[in-house]
Amino acid sequence: MRINRRFRTVIAAITSLILLFLLFSLSDAPAYAMHISEGILPAWWAILWFAVSMPFLFLGLRQLRIRGLHNTQLKPMIGLIGAAVFIISCMPIPVPTAGSCSHPCGTGIAAIFIGPLLTVVVTSVALVLQALFLAHGGLTTLGANVTSMGIAGAFVGYGTFILVRRLSGRWWIAAFLAGLLSDWATYSVTSFELATALHGSAPFGKFFLTVLVAFMPTQVPLGILEGFLCVGAYRFILTRKPELLKTFSDNIA
Amino acid sequence: MKIALATGLIIVLALGIYIGLRVSDSKWAGVDESVVEKFAVEANHPPWEPLINIERGDLPLLLFLLAGAAGGFTAGYYFRSLFPPKGKG
Repeated sequence: MRINRRFRTVIAAITSLILLFLLFSLSDAPAYAMHISEGILPAWWAILWFAVSMPFLFLGLRQLRIRGLHNTQLKPMIGLIGAAVFIISCMPIPVPTAGSCSHPCGTGIAAIFIGPLLTVVVTSVALVLQALFLAHGGLTTLGANVTSMGIAGAFVGYGTFILVRRLSGRWWIAAFLAGLLSDWATYSVTSFELATALHGSAPFGKFFLTVLVAFMPTQVPLGILEGFLCVGAYRFILTRKPELLKTFSDNIA
Repeated sequence: MKIALATGLIIVLALGIYIGLRVSDSKWAGVDESVVEKFAVEANHPPWEPLINIERGDLPLLLFLLAGAAGGFTAGYYFRSLFPPKGKG
């Protein structure tokens, strides 16, 4: 028994070392990803996306206060999900089919567990920290990044999960599609934001499709990966502590 | 059995990525550089320097490591609170 436990510990340590080595080997040139960098959007567009994201953030903070009064497990759940979104959304993953790196978003998983409005809140906090300390994204483009990752990713993921679960009755299909579509929705909205601000004299639709297609080689496989991540996370809670899902899903609306 | 399978899968994935990186001559740039910045520069809207520019030597490594550690610690702390070990629940 003890040998078995030691063996598992050694295997886990070796695996961790390999993964750490891989992360460091990728880090000789910092690889950031989807967030729109500082200063890319013209001022009016940056202000517009702030205006779009603020009401969602306000409603999210309001929901946090109200739900926090009745649910003692909300605080640890928000902490766990917030940390997960922060880590997942700044973790560059190499995609061999594209020869480039990008990251999943984690907002599909978050929205299933804590609801889309609270996902907007945790995403905003994660994006502010990344913009300030990791040069990942930017403060002027924060509104646009919250809109694409926090709002679009969360609402598409949550809506997909609810809809597919009701239609098919199978949680794993719903969780997979929620992860997949929340990722793709994030990058579609990023393409939309870039196209509206930067298309210039080129036709908007053509510019939008060009940006979207440029994202596809990296984001199609990563979206599938995010779908599997979502299934894994949901299955873990379903088997380990299913009452947690009930506690949270009953209070989302 | 499950742990062995998961460990095997992770090792195979890690080796796959490692071999892919060694064989490929791609730059492995992030899509912010290969897509977002590319279109922004073409539209005469190149990115500004970040508010806190971390591109100095190994500083990005340190900051990403600290961010991962802080995020991992936070996640672990709340994970234990939500999923306490058996007997402590």
